[in-house]
Amino acid sequence: MKEKFMQHITSSEITSESIYTNRRIFLKALTATASLAGTATLSKENSIPDKNYSIPKFTRNKQYSLQESSNTYNDATTYNNFYEFGTDKSDPAAYSKGFKSKPWTVEISGEAEIRGKFTIEDILKPHPLEERIYRFRCVEAWSMVIPWMGFSLADLINRFRPTANAKYVVFTTLHDPIQMPGQREKILDWPYVEGLRIDEAMNPLTLMVVGLYGRWLPNQNGAPLRLIVPWKYGFKSIKSIVGIRFTEKQPRTSWNIAAPEEYGFYANVNPDVDHPRWSQAKERRIGGNYLSPRIQTLPYNGYATEVSALYRNMNLSRYF
Amino acid sequence: MLEIAGRTLGVNPVRTLLHFTGKTSLNLLIATLLVTPLSVWSGKKMLPSVRRMLGLYTFFYACLHFLIYISLELDFNFKDLRIEITKRPYIIIGVIALIGLTSLALTSTRKMMRRLGKKWQYLHALIYPISILTVVHYYWQVKIDVREPLLYAGVLSFLLFWRLLRKVYKTN
Repeated sequence: MKEKFMQHITSSEITSESIYTNRRIFLKALTATASLAGTATLSKENSIPDKNYSIPKFTRNKQYSLQESSNTYNDATTYNNFYEFGTDKSDPAAYSKGFKSKPWTVEISGEAEIRGKFTIEDILKPHPLEERIYRFRCVEAWSMVIPWMGFSLADLINRFRPTANAKYVVFTTLHDPIQMPGQREKILDWPYVEGLRIDEAMNPLTLMVVGLYGRWLPNQNGAPLRLIVPWKYGFKSIKSIVGIRFTEKQPRTSWNIAAPEEYGFYANVNPDVDHPRWSQAKERRIGGNYLSPRIQTLPYNGYATEVSALYRNMNLSRYF
Repeated sequence: MLEIAGRTLGVNPVRTLLHFTGKTSLNLLIATLLVTPLSVWSGKKMLPSVRRMLGLYTFFYACLHFLIYISLELDFNFKDLRIEITKRPYIIIGVIALIGLTSLALTSTRKMMRRLGKKWQYLHALIYPISILTVVHYYWQVKIDVREPLLYAGVLSFLLFWRLLRKVYKTN
């Protein structure tokens, strides 16, 4: 299994030794000390905004981790699509500073035996956190490799005992135009809604994320709770979740409503199915310099072994 | 060295360069189209060389934009380039606009102006369809937030309608 998972790693994904060593020291410092004092000597590249967060405990899930991370904390937290804070890549980091991710509640509803509002503490409590290093591929043809921290969505779903009618899981982002200035413009149909088929949601790769790089999620990355579906385009990985609903019918999702001919419900990474306006065959790996060539995009973003069975006998050009 | 410069251009320097050169070219194009109305409104005759210079700068940045596209974005992969140029509408009209700008730049000298005579006027009226193509090129590559391309479309429409009305008014 591990062998198969690793098969697509190319040399471009392997971080240079010095960066890797730095990162190890960095992670060590974070996990070993309760304060940020130990990080003072770290390079600017990996420095962390001064938040008075406790340091989360987690273990690395080696089976589901690429060997090393290519991207820096700076890459992952300054180049974001989070239209709730603006449509520019730098807007989320710039305009989410005052965002309150505490207190936070998540409402579970629909086709499940257990429903209701839960505090984020209740949601997280029973789940040991693990780190997984996944590829992240945006529909705009750029990508990163990011160490996420979280737990399998399947483990969370099982707690609410979905009924036999639960064919889909629908996620909703917070709707709060005062805190999220991007929502004052009708760029998308707020609140942001995303969904998965229940078998996609139960796949062990599907991750509920609360942190990255060994830290709690920064606001611009979707604090305090977001989804990561590594074999799908990034827009499926909804941020700042306040609602999880189990439904019988396939939900209408935000990007699909905005441009149905360009963004499908499935949105599986597929180099053979172009976006109507641009190619998806290659991607630009963020973190290179001017001269770094684009790299080939892999079917299901390199996770075909784990997920292609979910789409057996499906016409992938039609269900894009 | 390149890496150091790369930092100042954000984490996706190629995209930053593409957007910067494209936007600059478009801004210069709008500035070029503003020369005539500004001189009419102010009553001050502006030197035709100002307009020519702005036009040539527009062409210069459009060339940079295209060169960055085929070198840093497509890594000189001419198979990719062929597909992009034939398959992607926003690339196709971008290339057409660049070809148009090239023909204007090549005939921008005083010598060519004299040689072409009346034909020069007709040829250089190409700047109007080129400017429309340029704005559509911008509009089509934006993912969903079209507010800025629409703003450019508004300004351009104003500049083109102003010319049209003036022409109609003059001929009557």
